[in-house]
Amino acid sequence: MAQDNDKNVETVDLSDVTVRFAGDSGDGMQLTGSQFSDTTALVGNDLSTLPDYPAEIRAPAGTLYGVSGFQLHFSSSDVFTPGDSPDVLVAMNPAALKINLKDIKPTATIIVNEDAFDAKNLQTAGWESNPLNDDTLAGYKVIRVPITTLTTNTLAETSLSTKEIVRCKNFFALGMMYWLYSRPLEPSMNWIASKFKNKPDIAEANQKVLKAGYYFGDSTEIFTTRYNVKPAKLPKGTYRSISGNEATALGFAAAAQLADLPLFLGSYPITPASDILHFLSSYKNYNVKTLQAEDEIAGISSAIGAAFGGSLAITTTSGPGMALKTEAMGLAVMTELPLVIVNVQRGGPSTGLPTKTEQADLLQSIYGRNGEAPMAVIAASTPSECFTMAIEASRLALKFMTPVILLTDGYIANGAEPWRVPEISELPKIEVKFRTDPEGYQPFSRDENLARPWVKPGTPGMEHRLGGLEKANITGNVSYDPDNHDNMIRIRAQKVKNMENDIPDLEVIGDQEGELLVLGWGGTFGSITEAMDKCKKNGVKVSQAHLRYLNPLPKNTEAVLRKFKNILIPEINMGQLARIIRSEFLIPVIQFNKMRGLPFKSSDIEEKISEILGGGNGK
Amino acid sequence: MANNIDAPEVKLKAKDFASDQDVRWCPGCGDYSILAQVQRSFPDIGVKKEDIVWVSGIGCSSRFPYYMNTYGFHSIHGRAAAIATGLKVSRPDLSVWVATGDGDNMSIGGNHFIHACRKNIDFKMLMFNNKIYGLTKGQYSPTSEKGKVTKSTPFGSVDYPFNPISLALGAGATFVARSMDRDPKHMQEMIKKAAEHKGIAFIEIFQNCNIFNDGAFELFTDKETKEDNVVYLVHDQPMVFGKEKNKGIKLDGFNPVVVDLNDGKHSINDLLVHKEDDESPTRSFILSHLTDSDGFPKPVGIFRRILKPTYDEGVQNQLEYITEKKGKGKLVDLLKGKNTWEVN
Ligand code: SF4
Repeated sequence: MAQDNDKNVETVDLSDVTVRFAGDSGDGMQLTGSQFSDTTALVGNDLSTLPDYPAEIRAPAGTLYGVSGFQLHFSSSDVFTPGDSPDVLVAMNPAALKINLKDIKPTATIIVNEDAFDAKNLQTAGWESNPLNDDTLAGYKVIRVPITTLTTNTLAETSLSTKEIVRCKNFFALGMMYWLYSRPLEPSMNWIASKFKNKPDIAEANQKVLKAGYYFGDSTEIFTTRYNVKPAKLPKGTYRSISGNEATALGFAAAAQLADLPLFLGSYPITPASDILHFLSSYKNYNVKTLQAEDEIAGISSAIGAAFGGSLAITTTSGPGMALKTEAMGLAVMTELPLVIVNVQRGGPSTGLPTKTEQADLLQSIYGRNGEAPMAVIAASTPSECFTMAIEASRLALKFMTPVILLTDGYIANGAEPWRVPEISELPKIEVKFRTDPEGYQPFSRDENLARPWVKPGTPGMEHRLGGLEKANITGNVSYDPDNHDNMIRIRAQKVKNMENDIPDLEVIGDQEGELLVLGWGGTFGSITEAMDKCKKNGVKVSQAHLRYLNPLPKNTEAVLRKFKNILIPEINMGQLARIIRSEFLIPVIQFNKMRGLPFKSSDIEEKISEILGGGNGK
Repeated sequence: MANNIDAPEVKLKAKDFASDQDVRWCPGCGDYSILAQVQRSFPDIGVKKEDIVWVSGIGCSSRFPYYMNTYGFHSIHGRAAAIATGLKVSRPDLSVWVATGDGDNMSIGGNHFIHACRKNIDFKMLMFNNKIYGLTKGQYSPTSEKGKVTKSTPFGSVDYPFNPISLALGAGATFVARSMDRDPKHMQEMIKKAAEHKGIAFIEIFQNCNIFNDGAFELFTDKETKEDNVVYLVHDQPMVFGKEKNKGIKLDGFNPVVVDLNDGKHSINDLLVHKEDDESPTRSFILSHLTDSDGFPKPVGIFRRILKPTYDEGVQNQLEYITEKKGKGKLVDLLKGKNTWEVN
């Protein structure tokens, strides 16, 4: 594009860039960020994203708490995190600048929409003087662009209202960034065309502005350098960009097909889990039924009803919803029905930080029910791994006839990364046998895994009753017998324990023994892995292990841990896994806990590692 | 099997619906009658035993599924309607029934109840209303009259009761009826009509708890007082009641009045003719409040019966429509999504 430039522009190759788009929550920053990510994925970079938006949908314009951000880290080699601190900040208003200034690199480039730096916005954001005109931004490379004016000029001839015109300005910023980082316009041009296919004038306006932004980069003297980040060397295959929530939805749709069952989701809208409901609701032609229930309790209860009826049944939620579902989870444990409960963890307690990430529901998941209610708990560690773990949760629930909790978190649920689409033949087999033979049938007889038979209502001669009252083993009749109760508690616990024979061992990356093992679980994988990479480059000896199965733990967990002198457990909670490891194995561990609603910075973990290893670097 | 093809289906009997479990309600409890009427009616509803599922919550009434030789699910307090919803939506082929009580369904499970009514989920619900918490040994319930003295309200309750019929009507239920434990024939008729209905069917059953609230409905069930205090709702029939069939209900604007048919001023032609299928639920609603003032009989029978598409068939139709339009989805396409690129 834009071959007719006579400007002298050099193109510099970079290996690795972190960009943050920030603006008002009405400025379309999430959209801009995800468009930039999708295009970046298409050109073959590895990437990781961090959408960071306020809980308010449209906070008052120009306020600090209304700032919405989208961070993206892309590279020509492997990417594990959205980046510790941005190299580039695109700030659409003074509030966005104020909020994000503390996070960016001291040498960062700041691109601002200078039109938005008027007296009112400056005051709302709490700037005493205009930072563009004083020395606040000394040291940064500041690029001032009158984005609003340029957008308005571009659309001067259209019949759109001023409001509609101004709303297009995020595409100007996007176009500019595409030019700056040598990305093609076509993917976003096509996206706009299909997104606004019923509003052709809006589509045209956005496309025009996107191009105008690109050409502006090309023609203006402001930019003297453009950058290129070469494609990453990813394993061969067909790739797409995927977020954790979409991967979760796809995983369940896949699991249902692998098991040859209809899929039923009972769910109540809750941030940040609702997208799973949205995605699954659109998979109607894959034999997926979704029920938006009247509340969280109805979400899980309807799923339990569907599980009784013979569907692969799931319910999706986040922390507060998890609390509400607690009693019904106990019912699923008691009735020994297969069910998957997804908790996309967010900051708590109570309503907490709805749009921010946390890992503080681990103990709730494993223990948080009345009575002895053993629960299988597994966790995904990256956006794309949500796919694998959704299948795994379904497989375990169906095989062992018991509920399984799948933990993800706000960060991996909303974050996106390139994903190699697996071949169907690479996916695990899920075998489900409904019992139809009434001969000798007992509702609570057990197979070698202690699972009871699953019988669909509608099967003649096998009418039986389930319920939350204690059951006699084998017959399933209500029983208040003391020994039976003791026995049944042990059976239900053993059944979950038996899964350890069915799950992979805990793997150690790096030396199998040594001074320090960093043990993580869930969404901290990226930050820990990046920290490991840096340690390795600096010659620091440290090993890594990441738990995907939290209950039961992999069989070799204790053996792995005992090979190391120190165990460091970074968690976005007060030390919940640490507590489990101590109490299970009586092994001392070192905690590293930060609860800021954000993923760990890899540099923080790196520092902690150095601190533990002293000057010795483990050598 | 082939030679059996013309053999008439063996008709089930009431006892075929009885499970092998001992019934554990208190002797004399109204629940026994309800169980008996269900077992007597079910051979006539034309559904195979294996296609019937009873779902319940918690409370005396909710033990019901254990005593029925069908599929059953005795769940947790208040959630029967929600579980039944998931079951019916995922398995529209099943005949789903809910047994619940006034505490289970009007208090802890109230939300699920109104939403099941609103969505018109095709399940049938028998709500055993004994106006008391029985299983927890006698606290007042959301249908107990104001001033009720119980263990938890030693000086009398100060709150107002729910009117279950009004609540169901207000929430948009498509079949709303009332019956009584001491009126077996009528109850059987209601059960069979509920079974015929496509959509949610709600039957409030006056059920005597002889342990904690004995005689709560005696006025309506006792031979001596019944006829002057109960009016049977019969579709297309004028509303006549009384021992001598000499009283009737007339509508004066929106206000019901009781008239004497022998006073020379009123005839049967003045009376309200009951219509189950009124487009508007207004008149049914007025009837549900009939006994709010003194001197009015308690209506028993079908307040409302209308047809509208059910939620579960809506979900199923949509699934089939989209599947036909887009074709049965292939997993590989779903996983790929719209934008992919190749890495070689
Ligand atoms: S307590 Fe009342 S309702 Fe419960 S079984 Fe006894 S008599 Fe029946």
